[in-house]
Amino acid sequence: MSYLTLSLALIFVLIPIILSKTLHLGLEKDTVSATVRSIIQLLAVGYILQFVFDSEHIIYIILMILLMIIAATQNARKKGASIKGITWKLVATYVFVEILTQGILLGFNITPATAQYIIPISGMMIGNSMVLSILFLNRFTSEVEANQDETELILSLGGTPKQAIHRQLITSIQASTIPTIESQKTIGLVQLPGMMSGQIMAGADPVQAVQFQLLILFLLLTAAVVTSAMLGFLSYPSLFNERMQMLKIRRKDELNSH
Amino acid sequence: MTITYNPIIELSNVNFSDRGVPILKNITGSFPEGRITTLVGPSGAGKTTLFRLCNGLISPDSGEIIIKEKAIETYDPTELRRKVGIALQSATMISGSVYKNLSLPLSLQGKQLAKERAIELLNDVGLDEELLHRNVKDLSGGQRQKVSIARTLVNQPKVLLLDEITSSLDRVSQQDIEELIGKVNKKYGTTILWITHNLEQALTIGDYTWVMMAGEVIETGESSLLNHPTDERVKRFIRGDME
Repeated sequence: MSYLTLSLALIFVLIPIILSKTLHLGLEKDTVSATVRSIIQLLAVGYILQFVFDSEHIIYIILMILLMIIAATQNARKKGASIKGITWKLVATYVFVEILTQGILLGFNITPATAQYIIPISGMMIGNSMVLSILFLNRFTSEVEANQDETELILSLGGTPKQAIHRQLITSIQASTIPTIESQKTIGLVQLPGMMSGQIMAGADPVQAVQFQLLILFLLLTAAVVTSAMLGFLSYPSLFNERMQMLKIRRKDELNSH
Repeated sequence: MTITYNPIIELSNVNFSDRGVPILKNITGSFPEGRITTLVGPSGAGKTTLFRLCNGLISPDSGEIIIKEKAIETYDPTELRRKVGIALQSATMISGSVYKNLSLPLSLQGKQLAKERAIELLNDVGLDEELLHRNVKDLSGGQRQKVSIARTLVNQPKVLLLDEITSSLDRVSQQDIEELIGKVNKKYGTTILWITHNLEQALTIGDYTWVMMAGEVIETGESSLLNHPTDERVKRFIRGDME
């Protein structure tokens, strides 16, 4: 695709701007900013990827992955700001998911150990883990806040912090992973996954594209469940002190005022 | 007034504040073992906070709490909470049946509550055994309160902290509970601390009483002090001029 053809794609940006102006939706500024950002970010990534692929140096691959992990952590940590040490818990989770998935892929020779495979797959895994951790943290903090009475009841009867928070923890893990599992049930029926569509459009054999997509789907499933469960079990102890007392949850409005 | 008894809980210069607001100020005193002590006072006096401290759900900012001659922090928290049971006014339930709630203290220890024992507990608090498998959602406020008391008794605590447990009950149920608590106190020698806003109840059921106001202990002594308080603020509270 040439840059001239691509510039024609801007028609799809003009449509929402015109609609927003006509209907007084007030979305023009955000639409323009989103468009400019996506152009700059994606082009930059494209050039960086080209450089990394050409150099094939392990250091650049690791740097790219670290960058992804830092960006994902930065994005997700706001949602878990009430949990002490959330930044490192997120980093540990993303690093573990990355090592686990790449370890299996490369260890069993499922994908070749080249930047062309490692980087896009890592991007999908870490990106998915980020979304999952945001979903989990959102749900977990609100479950904990809403059920403080139940947690204290269990503690007051001689239960441990783990027993006191167990129901909220399991509910939050389930709730955050359900969208991933549910979307897999209808995949291919309602929409073709983006990666597969891209491959088909780029001229790949559809069956091979499906095989790759299946691999990604299964990886995403692992990433989803591992992210929520690991983050959950890393997070809950910081809600209690060594006397098994529940620490005061800093509510979102309090966090904003500090 | 000087009273001689074996203290089971002793507090000395206990302070507690929440986000910088003092809730308990220099609380010093003790509760006698095997007796019933009532805590009375207007709302916001810090009575419930005092209970939460004794059950180990919170720790004081300063001061010392001794339970059975041992500093509270030397106890394993789970062991302490089983020994010092608490039933709160809110009567929080976990979702599920009455039986699930009654067996909670034991299931937390990996044990099971025998059905016969569950029925016995229900009868003790004046509830019909038919309720055993009913969902707690379908219970009235009073029934929930009774289940909450029965649940606290499952651990057979040495000290029982009761926070306004009869405030949502009718007169007959209130008497049932007073009778039951009196029986538990006599039969097992359980020490009872009972927060109540009902001064008549404090006089009839309590051996001793603490009058608390704005985070301070104003007067302590035998329950009869409520009939002839010395402190002006207590007199006003008893007359009903303060709430």
